[in-house]
Amino acid sequence: MTLLRQTLTIAGKDLRSELRTKEALNASLAFSVVIFLLFSFAFDPGNLNLDINEFSGGLLWLAFAFAAALSLNRSFARELQNDCLDALVASPATPGVLFLGKALANFTLLLAVEMISLAVFSVMYDVRIRPQFGSLLLVILMTTWAMTVIGTAFSALTVNLRMRELMLPILTYPFLIPPLMAAILLTTDLLAGMPIGGDNAIWVRVLVAFDVIFSLLAVVFIDIVLVG
Amino acid sequence: MTALEVDAVWKYYGDYPALRDVRLTVAPGSTVALLGRNGAGKTTLLRILAGLSKPSQGKVKVYGADTRDEATRRRIGVLGHGISLYDELSAIENLMIFGRLYGLPDPARRAEEMLERTGLDRVRDGLVREFSRGMRQRLAVARVFLHDPELLLLDEPFTALDDRAITVLQSLLAGMHQRGRTIVMSTHQLREALELATHVALIQRGQIAYAGERTAEMAADTGWLYRTYGGNG
Repeated sequence: MTLLRQTLTIAGKDLRSELRTKEALNASLAFSVVIFLLFSFAFDPGNLNLDINEFSGGLLWLAFAFAAALSLNRSFARELQNDCLDALVASPATPGVLFLGKALANFTLLLAVEMISLAVFSVMYDVRIRPQFGSLLLVILMTTWAMTVIGTAFSALTVNLRMRELMLPILTYPFLIPPLMAAILLTTDLLAGMPIGGDNAIWVRVLVAFDVIFSLLAVVFIDIVLVG
Repeated sequence: MTALEVDAVWKYYGDYPALRDVRLTVAPGSTVALLGRNGAGKTTLLRILAGLSKPSQGKVKVYGADTRDEATRRRIGVLGHGISLYDELSAIENLMIFGRLYGLPDPARRAEEMLERTGLDRVRDGLVREFSRGMRQRLAVARVFLHDPELLLLDEPFTALDDRAITVLQSLLAGMHQRGRTIVMSTHQLREALELATHVALIQRGQIAYAGERTAEMAADTGWLYRTYGGNG
């Protein structure tokens, strides 16, 4: 019960701070919309010979992954101001709790950005998301958690580096190849009207396994990252 | 049981030994002034005592337990160089966060109480970024005393404080000392420190050059300790 309360306290603090400044929220939202806009120039969604569903998954997750890097960079960097990280590490909250609280806040923010971006994407590219929305939401939730776990862990690892804005994506993206690949394939299938099951079910298992394994690893090893 | 036991602690930054075989025992109820010149290793030692950094070698025990134990951290209050407060949150929100993290039974009541004691109750809902430097320092002091720690670790607590904040801190420290709490503070403000201290530890190039009771000579002549045990560096 104490662990849950501490996790929610950390998450609530991060969300409240972010909602007051909207630094990460505005930046990542604007970035994903700009990506959709730029790709619309490249692909011309009005072209009748172009099947947007074939590359919609890739386009969507490319935008989400770039937006996530912007948002996750702020996660532990926020604690540098006034040496707040020291007070958190010195508190009775375990590093695992600090990590989970921050991950929960990042997950919520990313999910909000993704939902708004998805609506923009649907309108801009005339893609129907409603028929498979339940399955699509499941894929988004699992992949967003994967990005959050990896991004939050590397945000902690890079927090004291001078070039952390550059280092975070360099370290994060290679780890995100399996979940992003799974998400792209599943999203493309879903937007093309194919339900999850049969051939593509393996990618759901990849996402579940990735989420479970990396969440456990992050909680166990975050102590070394934060305290040394 | 000792409040604090530092046993043969070494700390390396790369090849450089910032702390060299530091041994220190602090009895419960003591107020220790940790003295030393810039770069002597005071902050490194305090960070290890606070569990913010791990020693390269040696052991640190707080009330007989590891500093990283959850129960031990509840007993420690740390004030470092930064104020450790969130600029985008209000004074009361900041204190409530730490009250909840420390598992206080009624964090709201305790936060209000500390705001009143530090003279910040009228600006309880003001954002920290709008506070003056002195107000921020007083709120940082309120945060450290919020969970009524048994061991206080203060790194240069009087530096950059305004007169009012110094008075608040001295009054809170005196109260802690009267209630038998243990205080370890690093400082360059010898006069303030020696007024409060029952014991003194002088750290010199990463080693303890002197550790013992504060004597009348030290209180009367703040330079005496450095001249007698300080060497050249």
